[in-house]
Amino acid sequence: MKARFLIPLVAFLALLGLFYVGLGLNPREVPSPLIDKAAPQFNLAQLHEPEKTIGTADFRGQVVMLNVWASWCVACRQEHPLLVEISKRNEVPIYGLNYKDEPADAKNWLDRLGNPYLVSAADRDGRVGIDWGVYGVPETFVVDKKGVIRYKQIGPITLDAWNNKIKPLVEQLRQEQG
Amino acid sequence: MSQAMRGFLLVLAVVSLPLWAAAIDPYVFDNPEQEARFKALSAELRCLVCQNQSIGDSNAELAQDLRREIYGMIKTGLSDKEIVDFMVDRYGDFVLYRPPVKSSTMLLWLGPFVMVVVGLIALVVYIRRRTQEPKTQEAELSAEERARFEALVQTENKQADS
Repeated sequence: MKARFLIPLVAFLALLGLFYVGLGLNPREVPSPLIDKAAPQFNLAQLHEPEKTIGTADFRGQVVMLNVWASWCVACRQEHPLLVEISKRNEVPIYGLNYKDEPADAKNWLDRLGNPYLVSAADRDGRVGIDWGVYGVPETFVVDKKGVIRYKQIGPITLDAWNNKIKPLVEQLRQEQG
Repeated sequence: MSQAMRGFLLVLAVVSLPLWAAAIDPYVFDNPEQEARFKALSAELRCLVCQNQSIGDSNAELAQDLRREIYGMIKTGLSDKEIVDFMVDRYGDFVLYRPPVKSSTMLLWLGPFVMVVVGLIALVVYIRRRTQEPKTQEAELSAEERARFEALVQTENKQADS
């Protein structure tokens, strides 16, 4: 067999390889440039008790999950039962960033579907969201004891993502120094 | 105004609606340079929600929020570079509508040209190979094959005449 007949075959196999990898990727996903960088500082009014505030300063010293959510967000409902379960089992403290929402709607939503958040921060105009590079809801950040963002989940947290990526990461981060 | 004229104008108005729907924000600038900068920056940054549109074109809420941010930063006196850096720090290189020319994007920028060159070379090689091949590839017919050929030609001629 002449060598030149192999060229289309090799090219085809190379293309197959590229397609296999490429089609498995999500082109809409925007990876966060904040991974391994210090979490953008914020201090916002609490959703349920607006006279108090909650912010990055309160997270120091512990591994936390910051979940960006809103009552108008349909996809948030997908991950909500999982978040409620995680909070019931006390696996990791979950804080909420209530993004561009009406406090009344947000509180109603939590009353109906359960509240997994230790505290939710009210980001009424979305400026804190912009600082954290939020471009869609829901998104979830894992922040370590030193206040460094270590992981960003784009879209709802799936059981798969929790078991295989987030939970092991949280456990690993707990071992680190604060 | 005739009925037809009115109808025509109505259609024209309706069809041109998309032009009016371009994102219009009630932003007041101190001078035309600021407004020009705002428009330029809005065109250079990508809307992360409608990812094939710039922040200037998109009406997604995030685009509106980011335009508000850009407006605020222009009024505060930040430079174009500072505003772009602000966006890239938060959203990464993808927020730049025009991909930056970096080592990691070299393949993206040069790829098409490389492929055209490769294609042209392949074409030239192919054509040259074709023109250099001998015109007659058929082997000589043996005596027996020639006899058969003659016989077949004869019968064909006879069929054609009849």
